[in-house]
Amino acid sequence: MDETTSQSPVAAVIARFPGVVAERPSTPGEAVVSVDAAHWAEVARWLHDEGGFEFLSDLCGVDWPHRQPRFEVVCTLTDMRTPARIRVVVGVGGDPPAAPSVTGIWPGANWFEREAYDMFGIVFEGHPDLTRILMPDEWEGYPLRKDYSVGKVPVEYKHLSPGH
Amino acid sequence: MSDQTADKRVLTEFEERSQGAFIEEDEPTESRITINMGPQHPSTHGVLRLKLSLEGEEITEVRPVIGYLHRGVEKLSEHRTYAMIEPLTDRLDYVAAISENLGFCGAVEKLMGVQAPPRAQHIRVVLAELQRIASHLLWLGTHALDLGAMTVFFYTFREREMILDLFEAFCGARLTYNSMRIGGLLEDLPRGWVDRVRHFLKIFPSREKEYEDLLTVNRIWLGRTKGVGILKPEDAIALGVSGPTLRGSGVDYDVRRAQPYSSYEQFQFDVPLGSNGDTYDRYVVRMEEMRQSCRIIQQALDRLPEGEVRAKTPKYIKPPAGEVYHVVESPRGEQGFYIVSTGGEMPYRMRFRSPSFVNLQALPVMCRGRLVADVVAVIGSIDIVLGDVDR
Repeated sequence: MDETTSQSPVAAVIARFPGVVAERPSTPGEAVVSVDAAHWAEVARWLHDEGGFEFLSDLCGVDWPHRQPRFEVVCTLTDMRTPARIRVVVGVGGDPPAAPSVTGIWPGANWFEREAYDMFGIVFEGHPDLTRILMPDEWEGYPLRKDYSVGKVPVEYKHLSPGH
Repeated sequence: MSDQTADKRVLTEFEERSQGAFIEEDEPTESRITINMGPQHPSTHGVLRLKLSLEGEEITEVRPVIGYLHRGVEKLSEHRTYAMIEPLTDRLDYVAAISENLGFCGAVEKLMGVQAPPRAQHIRVVLAELQRIASHLLWLGTHALDLGAMTVFFYTFREREMILDLFEAFCGARLTYNSMRIGGLLEDLPRGWVDRVRHFLKIFPSREKEYEDLLTVNRIWLGRTKGVGILKPEDAIALGVSGPTLRGSGVDYDVRRAQPYSSYEQFQFDVPLGSNGDTYDRYVVRMEEMRQSCRIIQQALDRLPEGEVRAKTPKYIKPPAGEVYHVVESPRGEQGFYIVSTGGEMPYRMRFRSPSFVNLQALPVMCRGRLVADVVAVIGSIDIVLGDVDR
């Protein structure tokens, strides 16, 4: 715990996981690091237990169709005492894209991960109940992927002719 | 006689049709049943569906089913310019749209490195705090109505109406304001508006006392709320709960204090905390928050700086490539806005972290072991807006 108070959270997590966690340039005033999916679980555990980030503010997906790996899972963590924020960008590839679930570390990740699965098709391994959450259960495709265009789904009630 | 038989037949048909339409029972026994609450139910405050597993009248499991109001706002935002997204944010948390406007504009400003002028920041604080009072009044009225205290509803809507009139005078709308602009505000305050707010501040404390006279020492109210829906502080943090629901459990975390935005660091206010984390504590926290909001508005009006209300921004908003996460304290909690920009005039990815979505996750924890009637009290006490949950 001492090392986190003496240096910035970004420096602390990089010092603990050299070569695994890398700093990522961002808007001034924001602390952002990146990590790959294979090491995400242990980094998350350390951030929660040692780093003091016991509050998961947000977890969402981002799709970069022309990059490798294609998806990112973006976690925003908050240390309520200092108060500091750190954003962890997890690169997620594969088909289907898969990342370890952090529901065991932050139970609040449950719905966030379900939403990322619903919208991007990212499979969170070890998630207790990975089902669709906002879209209907029988929905096909993942709406927030970049190759899922707006207007792809035909409008309902199309049998009505104009003027009705 | 024949009419009666016809009635009977219709009823049976209806029963047949409704049988098992929504309810999936797993091995019902005499005392163990699964029932369905919502999506059309007056006390779920919108289209929320809960699958309740009961052992007698005791709740063993609650499974919220959401998404009935999903409009795909995140996807829509990827196909809109930044100025066109602000009206969409109005429709997320539609009873506290000012907070959404404030957070979204703040996020884009942070990404562009623009700062709203001091006068605009102060006016934004006044609007946001008025909005907090209006939202809490709506919550109090409907929450009390759910628990059988109808009078409070009429009282709170009387004052909420005054605030909506103020908003209408400011921007012409009563719910979906679209009142802010990236870089400040569209226009300065109309003439006489500040005096009207001062008038409101003068009468509001006595009005708030009226609600408290009706509730705080009301035996029925205490019976329905004390010890009901307890959320322990460690559970609240683990589940990511924020806002008055978190503070009701005694966790001292308020974004206005922790990471001030829009000049909140210049104002003195207390962050009220609960001790037991029950429905009553969340009620007390919100009541006190309204008083603190009045304090903030008073200070902001007293020190309202002169000057411009809009910073110089380009006509076409094109933030540089990059990403930003900006948070405001909405009446419901931590309202986050995550924008990924690739330098275009539309965001590459727009993410809304809505407090209602996360807070609703704590509902099963709060309801387990309680009675069906308590579910209504607990839903009311976490103050969700389904537009914000489903986005």
